[in-house]
Amino acid sequence: MSSTLTERDHDGVPTTGGDAVVRTRGLTKKFRSGQVAVDGIDLEVPRGAVYGFLGPNGSGKTTTIRMLLGLVQPTSGEALVLGGAMPRSAVAVLPRVGALVEGPAFQPYLTGRRNLDRLDAVDMTADPRTSKARIGAALERVGLSAAAAKPYRNYSLGMKQRLGLAAALLRPRDLLILDEPTNGLDPQGTREVRHLIRELAEDGASVLVSSHLLAEIDQVCTHVGVMSRGKLLVQGERDVVTSGGRQSGERVVITTLRDHVDGARRVLARLAGVDPSSASEAASVEDADHLGDGAVTVTATLGGASLSDVAPALVAADVLVLGIGTDRPSLEDVFVELTGEGFDVAR
Amino acid sequence: MSHAEATAAPDAAEAPTSRTTAAGPEVREASEASEAPTRRRGAFGRLLRSELGLVLGRRRNQLLLALLASVPILLGIVLAIVSDSAYAGQGPGFIDRIGGNGLFLVVTSLFLCTPFLLPLVTSIAAGDAIAGEAGGGTLRYLLTVPVRRGTLLVAKALAAMTFMLVAVALVTAAALLAGGLLFGFDDLTLLSGQTIPLTDGVLRMLGVAGYVAMSLTGLVAVGLFFSTLAEVPVGVMAATVVVAIVSTVLDSLPQLSAIHPFLLTHHWFDFAEFLRFEVSWSLLGQGLALQAAWVAIFGSLAWARFTTADITS
Ligand SMILES: Nc1ncnc2c1ncn2[C@@H]1O[C@H](COP(=O)(O)OP(=O)(O)OP(=O)(O)O)[C@@H](O)[C@H]1O
Ligand SMILES: [Mg+2]
Repeated sequence: MSSTLTERDHDGVPTTGGDAVVRTRGLTKKFRSGQVAVDGIDLEVPRGAVYGFLGPNGSGKTTTIRMLLGLVQPTSGEALVLGGAMPRSAVAVLPRVGALVEGPAFQPYLTGRRNLDRLDAVDMTADPRTSKARIGAALERVGLSAAAAKPYRNYSLGMKQRLGLAAALLRPRDLLILDEPTNGLDPQGTREVRHLIRELAEDGASVLVSSHLLAEIDQVCTHVGVMSRGKLLVQGERDVVTSGGRQSGERVVITTLRDHVDGARRVLARLAGVDPSSASEAASVEDADHLGDGAVTVTATLGGASLSDVAPALVAADVLVLGIGTDRPSLEDVFVELTGEGFDVAR
Repeated sequence: MSHAEATAAPDAAEAPTSRTTAAGPEVREASEASEAPTRRRGAFGRLLRSELGLVLGRRRNQLLLALLASVPILLGIVLAIVSDSAYAGQGPGFIDRIGGNGLFLVVTSLFLCTPFLLPLVTSIAAGDAIAGEAGGGTLRYLLTVPVRRGTLLVAKALAAMTFMLVAVALVTAAALLAGGLLFGFDDLTLLSGQTIPLTDGVLRMLGVAGYVAMSLTGLVAVGLFFSTLAEVPVGVMAATVVVAIVSTVLDSLPQLSAIHPFLLTHHWFDFAEFLRFEVSWSLLGQGLALQAAWVAIFGSLAWARFTTADITS
């Protein structure tokens, strides 16, 4: 897997990803119940990445995150966070890691500000003189200043989530590990979190963010990893993963009439270098008949062909072209393809 | 790999480990080095103050303390109204002496609170220590701040101990106040018949209070250990109170006299020694040694459990 940073640093010399902020080898957690929640995963979050950590309910995301934070002892395998082995190096490494694990949790009868003050007091390395300023800045950053004096128990779900993020931002961080950071936020709040993640990444922090709201992750992440039943099915740069391993995930979308579908398929298959007999598998057809004109869209991967070749080839083959465009496969498509469509939790 | 190792390690182990493993020259490297987490002077004091503020600031705990403080006051008022010598010889051994000397309200109140109320308050503070944080989900955020698990456990233990001390002190202070106002103080006539001056009498009352408080330290340790086992604080509090009660019951069964010397509550009422002319320091010493043993055993168990437990709450 290539991290652009590493490639530049090492001038083309292949590396084993020495610059990862999170790296695990065969990380496994078997709970006493016998449940193998995480099954030998090799996670790799390159420095500077925004890593989308995906997976259906119960796939082991939170358990992995708990091991990364030293809360849960791995059954086997190892986890390096910012170069320190967890859980042994927790106290050395975690001051540089901001975390949100499985929703926010604070003392209900303390105000938001007092709760942050308490967390800061627990930190043996925090400077008490700057405490007030840092707490104020963190509250400001998540838009919670106005509600800082309310008891936590009176917070709305979104306000609680924001306070959790504020706690993660009490100090400058090199790595943020955010488990479902947008859970319970309104659309405005969700946008703000996305914005915040981008901002943090621009400031040089790496981010590991788990979510099952794929559209959200899709918009911010540079890398993704997909978990299912405790296994890491795939990980890598977002575009590489969504294109199923090819560098370009670009797909062409043609709008035509139903009668021309077969012709369009043949042309697209030829361009992409796919055997014409399997043309119907290479391209997917979807009804786009919104106006009663019998329009359909044909979507196919471009392969090595250039987009500019598509229209002339279609015209030459007498295929009627109502529209032509491109489309990146969404993370959701990949996710569903990898983990299955079923709604039920896996186990 | 255990946390026990990590927690026992000296502060020197806190140097950032990333610098040795990070590949390539890095801009961030400089800032990382300057932010090397060094433990600040007075940081533990700040943590302890914060924990104490949490325990003592909590409404439920304040109500408990108020309840405890009301015991000597109510007792004093009742005795002042019903100052009837018909009750002489009934009830606890000192109760009929209160009318003559308010100092006896201190012993009587502590005598009444020792079997149940003080253990209850102690169990609530100790049982809540870790389980309360686990149940509320705040434990995972405390530990990822981060703080060494051992450090947090010690702070929690000290906060629970302090709460227990405050409880005993409040009962004592309320009894001194109510006793002085309602009955006045006088030279103290001991159980053995001798009379000692008032100042010595007050000192002996403080001795009683101190001994009662020390007698409860074992229970704090038991509660703390239970607290590391579960995530439901109410259950932990109940289990801790039950330990004290069962111990009292076992201590009353003559058939079990062989184990009596080891029971948590066996020496609880030895504070009466302070009311004898010749205080048996060896008996009091046995009581304190017993508590020290319970603290050592259950403190170690709590440490072993908490520094290695998976935090899945
Ligand atoms: N303390 C525990 N004891 C036993 N099994 C557990 C424990 N915690 C989690 N599990 C199991 O481990 C598996 C993974 O759980 P985990 O919470 O890591 O999933 P997740 O990917 O975070 O799911 P979600 O998206 O719903 O948050 C689940 O099957 C769960 O039942
Ligand atoms: Mg989860």
